[in-house]
Amino acid sequence: MKSLEDLEKKINSELTTKINNTEIKHNQIYIEIDKEDMVDVAIFLKTNQDTKFRQLIDITVVDYPEQNQRFEVVYLFLSHEFNQRLIVKYLIAENEVIPSLTSIFPSANWMEREVFDMYGVSFKDHPDLRRILTDYGFEGHPLRKDFPLTGHSEVRYSEEQKKVISEPVKLEQNYRNFDYESPWEGTKYIKEEIQNNDKKKLKI
Amino acid sequence: MVEKADPHIGLLHRGTEKLIENKTYMQAVPYFDRLDYVAPMNQEHAFALAVEKILKIDVPIRAQYIRVIFCEIGRILSHILNVTTQALDVGALTPSLWGFEERETLMTFYERASGSRLHANYFRAGGVHQDLPKGLEEDIAKFCETFPKIINDLESLLTDNRIFKQRNVDIGVVTKEDALDYSFSGVMIRGSGVPWDLRKSQPYDCYESLDFKIPVGKNGDCYDRYLCRIEEMKESVSIIKQCLAKMEKGPIKSLDGKISPPPKAEIKQSMEALIHHFKLFTEGYRVPKDEIYTAVEAPKGEFGVYLISDGSSKPYKCKIRAPGFSHLQSMDYLIKGHMLADVPAVLGSLDIVFGEVDR
Repeated sequence: MKSLEDLEKKINSELTTKINNTEIKHNQIYIEIDKEDMVDVAIFLKTNQDTKFRQLIDITVVDYPEQNQRFEVVYLFLSHEFNQRLIVKYLIAENEVIPSLTSIFPSANWMEREVFDMYGVSFKDHPDLRRILTDYGFEGHPLRKDFPLTGHSEVRYSEEQKKVISEPVKLEQNYRNFDYESPWEGTKYIKEEIQNNDKKKLKI
Repeated sequence: MVEKADPHIGLLHRGTEKLIENKTYMQAVPYFDRLDYVAPMNQEHAFALAVEKILKIDVPIRAQYIRVIFCEIGRILSHILNVTTQALDVGALTPSLWGFEERETLMTFYERASGSRLHANYFRAGGVHQDLPKGLEEDIAKFCETFPKIINDLESLLTDNRIFKQRNVDIGVVTKEDALDYSFSGVMIRGSGVPWDLRKSQPYDCYESLDFKIPVGKNGDCYDRYLCRIEEMKESVSIIKQCLAKMEKGPIKSLDGKISPPPKAEIKQSMEALIHHFKLFTEGYRVPKDEIYTAVEAPKGEFGVYLISDGSSKPYKCKIRAPGFSHLQSMDYLIKGHMLADVPAVLGSLDIVFGEVDR
């Protein structure tokens, strides 16, 4: 497909029931689907003559702890033939298991291991779902929003025991997170005014 | 004979992505230097471009040239390191001694522009931190004159070297199909004959106005990748020369006072500048709610940043797509059936830097 608009039409017409929403921004196309359709959509995107998204660039998850379906799984695709990028997304709840793409894209292997390691999302039919970046025996999933920046345990060499030991984090000083919100920009009526001004600018 | 390879990574994992979520956009830049620490500014570039696209700000033309010059210097830095250490891995000592002298020169250019040899923290959303010091442009131009001879010297040591060829030709062959399936990018995919370079196909900054070629390999083996890197260095020199010739005086960062900090001198005079300075270095600028994936052609391949902003002054999420991660993952596929002695040759040609693999 030559242009993103054509691609959007094509995808919408071929995968009608599977697509919840499509959007074009920043010269990329964003597609929202359901979890169950991921494998079908991936196969279609990879094999169809008009899409040819042959490369899976990355898989990641975004954590929104306040939502019911807290994780948003994001797949980034690239088509060399048509020089286009495509982003597929769907929402899942915390303990849901999602389909693995390893049989379609071998490169998904480590990407899914990383997602599993960082967010604790499990993949069905993954050949080797182990932690990848964190330490052996690590507990928790560091990129979740409720995981503290400092972590839970720290590792050091103990002179007495003559070995490396792990103990709970002790901080001399708490992590300082200042609230910089300006009182004069923070009040409601100012914010509204700023927004109105922005809208006016856009019109001009 | 190697039957299975299972790289255990993560020993250099520092939680970069988590740290970035807790820093303002300006404070996040130095973390990118620490990813692929062989070519720091190329990483910063991806992040700066992502933020610029969300903020919809323009970069002054001089800043674009400066950024491209330093990206190409980064590319040369990285390729020298890779070519010479790969030669070292297969038994040649001299190239690394010759190559590292040039790296040292290039790092002094980094130092003169940014103040540090490695962790530059030089690119900003909207331009670069400060203008080039006096005389630097001339010195870079001089380097461009002398460096091609060094490349020829390196080539005379390696390209037709019998041992180097025996160790690299037909080793770690990647077919076109597999290069796509394994998410290869950069030299790894070009070595297999796919003419794909983001500087050409999805140009950013002023690459569109520059004239350069994309070297492509034929056989997809370690030797072709080596040749690609050598040719790319020559192209980089030509890009730097073009930039130097086209560059004119002018602003080096966005003139929007809400994004770029004011010059030091102005702070003493203008109340407005003082407030901007204070707000930018405490709260930082806010970035409207949006999400974007931006990639640049780093020396090792496609380096991407998937950035989600939520309207505050800190990124909500910043996923870093490192080329080395996909490349290292294919180790099992690349090395299966080869001899143990081929492992260093293949690993060397993958161009792995663990800073970016582990993040």
